[in-house]
Amino acid sequence: MTYPMDFLHDLYKTMLRIRLCEESFVDPILAGEVTTPCHLCSGQEAVAVGLCSVLAKDDYVFGNHRSHGHFLAKGGSMKALAAEIYCKEAGCSRGRGGSMHLIDPEVGMLGSAPIVAGTISLAVGAALAASIRKDKRVAVSFFGDGATGEGVLYESLNFAALMKLPIIFACENNLYATHMPVSECRITQPISRIAEPYCMEVHTVDGNDVLQVYEASRQAVATCRKGNGPVFMEFMTYRLRGHVGPDDNVQGAHTDIRPKDEIARWIDKDPIKRLEQYLLEHHLLANRMLQEIKDEVTAEVQDAQNFAKMQPSPKREDLTKYVFA
Amino acid sequence: MSSHRKLQYSLAINEALHQMMEKDESVFVIGQGVKSPWYVGNTAHNLLERFGEMRILDTPISENAITGAAVGAAIAGMKPVVVHPRMDFMFFALDPIINEAANWHYMNGGKSSVSVVFWGIINRRGEQAAQHSQAIHGIFAHIPGLRVVMPATAYDAKGLMIAAILDPNPVVFVDERMLYGQVESVPEEIYTVEIGKGCIRREGKDITVIAVSYMVHEAMKAAESLAKEGVGVEVVDLRTVKPLDREMILASVQKTGRLVIADVGWKSFGVSAEVAALVSDEAFDTLKAPIQRVALPDCPAPASKTLEDAYYRTAEDIVDAARKLMDYRRTDS
Repeated sequence: MTYPMDFLHDLYKTMLRIRLCEESFVDPILAGEVTTPCHLCSGQEAVAVGLCSVLAKDDYVFGNHRSHGHFLAKGGSMKALAAEIYCKEAGCSRGRGGSMHLIDPEVGMLGSAPIVAGTISLAVGAALAASIRKDKRVAVSFFGDGATGEGVLYESLNFAALMKLPIIFACENNLYATHMPVSECRITQPISRIAEPYCMEVHTVDGNDVLQVYEASRQAVATCRKGNGPVFMEFMTYRLRGHVGPDDNVQGAHTDIRPKDEIARWIDKDPIKRLEQYLLEHHLLANRMLQEIKDEVTAEVQDAQNFAKMQPSPKREDLTKYVFA
Repeated sequence: MSSHRKLQYSLAINEALHQMMEKDESVFVIGQGVKSPWYVGNTAHNLLERFGEMRILDTPISENAITGAAVGAAIAGMKPVVVHPRMDFMFFALDPIINEAANWHYMNGGKSSVSVVFWGIINRRGEQAAQHSQAIHGIFAHIPGLRVVMPATAYDAKGLMIAAILDPNPVVFVDERMLYGQVESVPEEIYTVEIGKGCIRREGKDITVIAVSYMVHEAMKAAESLAKEGVGVEVVDLRTVKPLDREMILASVQKTGRLVIADVGWKSFGVSAEVAALVSDEAFDTLKAPIQRVALPDCPAPASKTLEDAYYRTAEDIVDAARKLMDYRRTDS
């Protein structure tokens, strides 16, 4: 399989933008400059980037608590994201939402919310809207393995299947529901088997290989566009940081219950390193080119941090603004 | 403009749906039983035949996902009306209603609004017991970001349903199956009853009775009977529970100095408590007697008709409360 150079460049750059943006918040969180709960997605970039690379700008995405990557991959502004994480008026949710409420309707990022599984049915509704209007849009619901414990997921799978809705149920299985290993909270393994009774197309994908994510997502989106949805996709992946905030390992305490050797194994499977290796081995992008991208992204992230820190907070007198439209 | 055409309450809702669906292709109705008169009476009459299965969606019994889907469709630009034929089942849907829809506009900094109608029907009496009879409007009224309307008449049922559909915010529309047979003049054209505006159903100088939903009709009966005793009762129909029509409530209490609040929900922490607090805050000095509340006792709805008769409030309870007010004499001065 060969891919256009621009496409590979974009995949790499978008993953790097997410990674470096996430990592740029580690120090501000540890220093107490950022206090909104940040569920960093470092390590899971390939899922958001590979899947969103197949979507059109006006396709719909709903995220969850860990959605910085979804927001950037769908085309949201890094400055608006950073400002939101600092809870500033210039943030994408004007400092009313914080890290867990990211939205940009202009690019189809319809929202994210930390009630686990809470946005799955909303994405079903967006797909229903597309279906009623026959506008060929596709909706994607990103949720984690923990969300498979919520009943609303199964109601949503059934209804979406009954109505043949153009929705992709994108389960990012990072093996832990907060602290709890997936094996301790799910009888069905792999998770993708839960979708089988609902008679839909199912994919189980290496979520740390962006090209595999892309290939599977291309099929899934095509199925939805043809009116043969929904599709369930399970992406095997791993977060390199803590459930919320930087991992305790960063502070040396290792209260993270995940075994250190498991973490080490997944660091070897880092999706960005893997794409780098692929690009170098196949002589697709030279080292010099990768470095240029890194420099460019580093500067962008620094800009976003500087921008966000300088922005004003929302005004006290505007407390109740936006309760109603 | 005015119409002498008579229409029953349920068909007034039906007409609102027909007219709004015809006018705006983004309006659709979704919920359990919309194909069945057993669930929603004749409120859905001929909608399916006219608008088809993509806009009149009868659904599996999945209140959480279906209500969430309505919320998501609204976020994606549609104007859904999601019906809960018994509002007791809305507890399954509190997450999309409260966590998502009510908070959505605020927590997204005004970038996205949720124009959805959550329609819940109260099914009072009929020995249906605790899980088929509840009126939970007070729970919704507690939540920032939700509007809550409760029409008592056919005219208001149509006008408030249309206003709810047009509103850019989530609106909880609470009706009452026992009112479905109420008949009155209902204009044939599209009109709205403004959300947040009450209505004086009867003027009086001695006592204000603030009522909601079917208690408006009980209040009118009570006013009739008190008039025979020479007591003038002003009946205020709230029509909207949230936001309250503060001006109308305060103006009436300032006129009469005596207040009875008649709600269809439980007494504690509900609409009657909220109205009483408002009057205490804003019109304390005008009160000639302590505020009386006529509301359901803190007890689940019973099945037995004997117990139902003890449970539900009627015009008699309002009359008793009014007499207490008229007989009240201050003892401290």
